[in-house]
Amino acid sequence: MPETSLTKKMVRCSINGVSVEVPEGTTILEAAKALGIYIPALCYHPKISITGACRVCLVEVDGAAVVSCATPVEEGMTVITNSPYVEELRKDIIDLILSDHPYDCMVCQKAGDCELQELAYLYQIRYPKFQGKKRMYKKRDGNPFIEREMEKCIQCGRCVKICDEVQGVGAIDFAYKGFDLKVCPPFEHDLDCEFCGQCVMVCPTGALVGKDWIARGRQMNIKKVDTVCPYCGCGCNITLHVRNNEVVRVTSSPDTFNEGYLCVKGRFGYKFINHPDRLKSPLIKRNGRFVEVSWDEALDYVAERFKEIKERYGPDALAGLSSARCTVEDNYLFQKFFRAAIGTNNIDHCARY
Amino acid sequence: MADDQISIRVCLGTSGKASGGEKVLTLFKMHIERLHLDARVGTRCSVKKVGCRGLCSRDVLVDVIINGEHTTYQNVTPSMVERIVKEHLLEGNPVDEWTVKEDYAEFTSRQYKIVLGPCGVIDPENIDDYLKMNGYRALKKALTRMTPEDVIEEVKRSGLRGRGGSGFLTGLKWEICRAQKEKTRYIICNVGEVNRALAEGNPHAIIEGLIIGGYAIGASQGYIFIRERYHLSVERLRNAIAQAQERGFLGENIFGSGFNFNIEFSFGTEAFICGEETALMETIEGKRAMPRLRPPYPAEKGLWGKPTIINNAETFSNIPIIIGKGAVWFSSIGTEHSKGTKVFTLSGKVRNNGLVEVPMGISFRTIVYGIGGGIEEDRRLKAIQVGGPSGGLIPESMIDMGLDYENLLKVGSIIGSGGMVVFDETDCIVSVARFFLEFLQRESCGKCVPCRLGTTRMLELLTKITEGRGSMKDIEALERLSAIMSTASLCGLGRTAPNPVITSLTHFREEYLAHIKEKRCPAGVCKALITYTILEDLCKGCGVCLRRCPAGAITGERKMPHSINQALCVKCGVCFEACKFKAIKKE
Ligand SMILES: Cc1cc2nc3c(=O)[nH]c(=O)nc-3n(C[C@H](O)[C@H](O)[C@H](O)COP(=O)(O)O)c2cc1C
Ligand code: SF4
Ligand code: SF4
Ligand code: SF4
Ligand code: FES
Repeated sequence: MPETSLTKKMVRCSINGVSVEVPEGTTILEAAKALGIYIPALCYHPKISITGACRVCLVEVDGAAVVSCATPVEEGMTVITNSPYVEELRKDIIDLILSDHPYDCMVCQKAGDCELQELAYLYQIRYPKFQGKKRMYKKRDGNPFIEREMEKCIQCGRCVKICDEVQGVGAIDFAYKGFDLKVCPPFEHDLDCEFCGQCVMVCPTGALVGKDWIARGRQMNIKKVDTVCPYCGCGCNITLHVRNNEVVRVTSSPDTFNEGYLCVKGRFGYKFINHPDRLKSPLIKRNGRFVEVSWDEALDYVAERFKEIKERYGPDALAGLSSARCTVEDNYLFQKFFRAAIGTNNIDHCARY
Repeated sequence: MADDQISIRVCLGTSGKASGGEKVLTLFKMHIERLHLDARVGTRCSVKKVGCRGLCSRDVLVDVIINGEHTTYQNVTPSMVERIVKEHLLEGNPVDEWTVKEDYAEFTSRQYKIVLGPCGVIDPENIDDYLKMNGYRALKKALTRMTPEDVIEEVKRSGLRGRGGSGFLTGLKWEICRAQKEKTRYIICNVGEVNRALAEGNPHAIIEGLIIGGYAIGASQGYIFIRERYHLSVERLRNAIAQAQERGFLGENIFGSGFNFNIEFSFGTEAFICGEETALMETIEGKRAMPRLRPPYPAEKGLWGKPTIINNAETFSNIPIIIGKGAVWFSSIGTEHSKGTKVFTLSGKVRNNGLVEVPMGISFRTIVYGIGGGIEEDRRLKAIQVGGPSGGLIPESMIDMGLDYENLLKVGSIIGSGGMVVFDETDCIVSVARFFLEFLQRESCGKCVPCRLGTTRMLELLTKITEGRGSMKDIEALERLSAIMSTASLCGLGRTAPNPVITSLTHFREEYLAHIKEKRCPAGVCKALITYTILEDLCKGCGVCLRRCPAGAITGERKMPHSINQALCVKCGVCFEACKFKAIKKE
């Protein structure tokens, strides 16, 4: 019998004195989440395999500190997530991360939405008590879409894993080791990948952001508009971040059917919206020049010409080529229109080419 | 070996080879042939290469055995061979001036060589030599007369603990692995730096142990994980595997038992972290050497996700001995919870540097003053660092302690890789701690925060102190970092990295304080804290120091007292060494 939540053995533990029953194999972090108990976590991400590298998710079990993201709940376990012992440890680990961080939240694109900044805030670490050298990189990644500011990277590995495990691309990985550990494309060339931006989505800090987002608006004065991506029939759910009536960023939420994943067009291809070359009404060529017309006029014109051609040369003189931007329903109607209204089987789709 | 033979053994370990051992061996053969020695002395005369016997500074070491009478020559060079052959072999008079002296006996007599025993006696490239010493008998016994459970039971009863790091009970680890539901299992031999002499001197013992281990846990595939750079070890292990295959000790249906076993090599780079067992498995799988999370433990889910046992090469070398001589015999050596012997690389300020094997429980005093021959120039012992870079520093006051897993753990150290470095009064403890941290910081894989940034910040703090820029807050920071790293790091490297710092802060705090409060390095090592000055009343104005100073920091007229410009001085100490009139003060 396949293991489902129904057949799976349940185990009971207590977290901060609250008892909870979870399926065997559930981690302490997940169990705490189910109880609404917050445990900081910088390398954990629900979409990727467990890494266990940041160590900020430490909790106390029987007097010992264990990483909650990687430790499965055991029957009878007593977990404390907020004892002074683990809180101090956690605070100092965050402190260490901050000791190798640029501290330019003032101009950082991610401010207000940054998981590291949030922890510094929650633990009130103004300046780290541990001090020392910081990573500095001269060369900037020259790719067109993603700003990769690796000084801000906290080496959590989320981007590496989402690219490999979810997107299946493997465009980036760790290079060097120890203090110099660095996420980069092979040979530190410029990123040359699908530019899906899944890595940008999971990056907890401002190390990865959209190039076009910079200085266009952070979290304040942003109106979020949920809509559907116009690019293809998949119809991914997207959220437009609008500031002063201009789309400054596109994101997608993890609770959508596309689970927050987008492709390069949906995530980064929004600049056409305000582009001066964008067509906003139909054009008809008159005397060798295109002139703007109304939709009614344009549709009448097309219907007229279709009729003429069909009468003069027969329906097979016409052919329809549909677009992948249309939904399945659109495409169905399109072929129906060609077969039933025009009367030809000359119908094809751009996805075949 | 029959008594009426002449047998010559030339050390051809890595060091023996580097010292010209091959040439020495060839010359012995040549001279013996040329003089028709066999015929002239009326006996069979054999010359063979053997592995390292530990005292590499005396290489090339050559044993001459005539009618059971042992003579050992040290520092043999090719030009010495002819005389030894002529005077000793032909005329029967050993060349006394070239033989080893009492210190050699000191070095060897207090050791207890059970795994290193055959090294330096048998020809590591000849399986027959190993077979003559009961080689592969333990394998035969295990496969034909014992069940895998019996083998595990015997290893458990022997009390053998891992020789590669944490000292986990080997038999118990095997039992956990054998109990797994998954039937495809792997067994890996971890060959570290300290194991090179074993691999070079007696490779068959490692292989025999590995096969027995495979049988015990139910694995039919073994791996030898070794650094590519250990060329000679690789060559001898490869050769030994081929010979074992030829004789049917490896392959299908070994000893007709139905048990199949094969061994593959997996090569690692120099990185220290490759030796950590989960990083090692990642390496075999072709991934980056970064440790995995535990649990699951390798014995449950290891290589390729299958139950896997990793043991150190020395651990495996003990297996044939345990199966052959029995757990009772084995467990008679050592202390209550630490059985058998342990191999160490003894180095640092002792007179005899080398590879030693000692029974568990032996005192540090015996190791340093007996085997090690005491401290160079009879200086005062300061501390002993045991367990490789992340071991702890044991102060002189504790040298009567017995060496075993429990005692070492109690004093904040580990048996680790089996390194043992001796420091004396001329060593600065802060610099020593800094030296080890520098290594560990460089070798941190960088995966987890406490180790990646903890080692970095620790190194910076220690550097600051050695440069005279330290403050009492830095001590606090070091202690806090130690606590974070040892509890929160992901793998053993980060967890043990603070050991040199913690132990030195415990036992040599006053040295830290001298650096911080008095801006003084008691051992006179930390350059930034040394000042060289010329004592006017002693200076004869000879000008030697002025000429030698590479920085041009010394000025003075001839026959007039000279002086040092502190702003230019680079503290190299050349002047101090050069002055014949002891007119330069170092403080
Ligand atoms: C950073 C690090 C380096 C290690 N290097 C070695 C090594 O070179 N050789 C070795 O046998 N074990 C090494 N170990 C220990 C291994 O992880 C492992 O515990 C050991 O091989 C298990 O064998 P044993 O039970 O026979 O000791 C290392 C551990 C750490 C944390
Ligand atoms: S944009 Fe997509 S393909 Fe490119 S590195 Fe990021 S996750 Fe990988
Ligand atoms: S770039 Fe972002 S997601 Fe990737 S490792 Fe760095 S901090 Fe983590
Ligand atoms: S403790 Fe050090 S070596 Fe081990 S995983 Fe962490 S960073 Fe890597
Ligand atoms: S979230 Fe658990 S270690 Fe990073």
